[in-house]
Amino acid sequence: MPVTIEIPTAFRRFTEGAPRVDCSATTIAEALNELTTRFPALSRHVRDDQGQIRQFLNVYLNEEDIRFLGGESCALKEGDRVLLVPSIAGGC
Amino acid sequence: MSFLYELRCKECGKTWGNVPRSFCEDCFSPLEVSYDYDSLKKIARRENLAARPFNMWRYAELLPLPEDFSAPNATGGTPLVASHNLASQWGLKNLYFKNDAVCFPSLSFKDRVVATALTAARRFGLETVGCSSTGNLANAVAAQAAQQGFDACVFIPADLEPAKVLNTAVYGARIVRINGNYDHVSRLCAQIADRFQWGLVNVNLRPYYSEGSKTHGFEIAEQLGWTLPDNVVVPMAGGSLITKIAKAFKELVILGWVEPKPVKFFGAQATGCSPISDGVKRNLVRFAPQKPHTIARSLAIGNPADGPFAMKLIRDSGGWAEDISDPEIVAAIKLLAETEGIFTETAGGVTAGVTKKLIAQNRIKPDETTVVCITGNGLKTTDAIAAEFPATEAIAPRLDAFEAYLDTQLGATASAAGGKR
Repeated sequence: MPVTIEIPTAFRRFTEGAPRVDCSATTIAEALNELTTRFPALSRHVRDDQGQIRQFLNVYLNEEDIRFLGGESCALKEGDRVLLVPSIAGGC
Repeated sequence: MSFLYELRCKECGKTWGNVPRSFCEDCFSPLEVSYDYDSLKKIARRENLAARPFNMWRYAELLPLPEDFSAPNATGGTPLVASHNLASQWGLKNLYFKNDAVCFPSLSFKDRVVATALTAARRFGLETVGCSSTGNLANAVAAQAAQQGFDACVFIPADLEPAKVLNTAVYGARIVRINGNYDHVSRLCAQIADRFQWGLVNVNLRPYYSEGSKTHGFEIAEQLGWTLPDNVVVPMAGGSLITKIAKAFKELVILGWVEPKPVKFFGAQATGCSPISDGVKRNLVRFAPQKPHTIARSLAIGNPADGPFAMKLIRDSGGWAEDISDPEIVAAIKLLAETEGIFTETAGGVTAGVTKKLIAQNRIKPDETTVVCITGNGLKTTDAIAAEFPATEAIAPRLDAFEAYLDTQLGATASAAGGKR
């Protein structure tokens, strides 16, 4: 179980309350698929009708937004943390 | 007034009542305050404003305020400056600067959003307030929290301008410096809001917070004699302000306070952090996030939450988005100061400089009425322009020393002018 997915509170009603879920995925895409296969009700909250990660859901691998790492195909290694965070910003 | 408004998802339309929450738990899209305009039409009357002080609270019916609300301060009510010098230089007949560089109490438009956010914090019984901030917001939270008796804890990127850090610390706020850029700070705050029962104004209070921005737009329309401009040029960081000015104009039309009119919305960014203008210019469906690298740190949000809405508004209105380089930002700060006597921070330099660019591109035309939104004060970002003004040599307190100084400075011209110096 090399990779941990951290689940925000809003999603925990779909993960039986679990704040984090371990998985054995080797890419972000696999990790999200493993998560939504295990908790099918979460699926439509993670991906839109076109199968893309929802526009206002940011996915991070450790400290970095996956869009700077090549997107969903970026590779995972043992001990990595995947964070799901709603899109929020200040500024004007 | 609570029955007149509630939170609604901007994407799926689900309503959530009034709670400290910024995103829809179904689709993770942002929530915003939605009003019952039919009921508002019956109670909100333009003529009632005449008896009220000129500050943001004069538009109380159009803000998400509780029934027992009383104005805690005199935020807003900033000047709309009719430009003569720069208008002439740029060949425009009707150019205005909405000058929130002098907004009370902390000298940026963020005072408006914090004012409505703290009203919501009070209503929800939250005792600690805070924010993720590029500086101006932290200043505003710290100042108003001190005045209204909240504990304040603000989160900032570690490399923020010293003046902005000092302008927060002085109010007694706890400052947590984060090793990372604004987007890292923002992400952490989203996690903190998920864990703690705090009122983070631009996180879990964001829908109430962003409504305060509308007052910038209400004031523009009122100061133009209850008319709408043809063009508005707005700085963009998270992309919220531009959409809220549009919402303000739309609401004034719904209420019948102004005549309907097409307004073009123009967004301004620094090239070193321009995900929204890049998205508009390349006609992207989704913007590409960027790593910020610009002196305009108050606009340095590489992953703007309201970016998709800002892009849509700009496109639908027939406007455009542009960005300028750091040297152009510095030049525009100086230009605005030298021509209009307005000293703005780097974000204002961005907006002024982008306006100049839009005029050169003929997107803003001479006969149109154009309002340029200046959102922060130059005293906060003096580091950005300090190199432009090296210290001069001191002279002795004697008239001959001054004459020698003038000769040095002005050379032969000064000497020739003789006593008319």
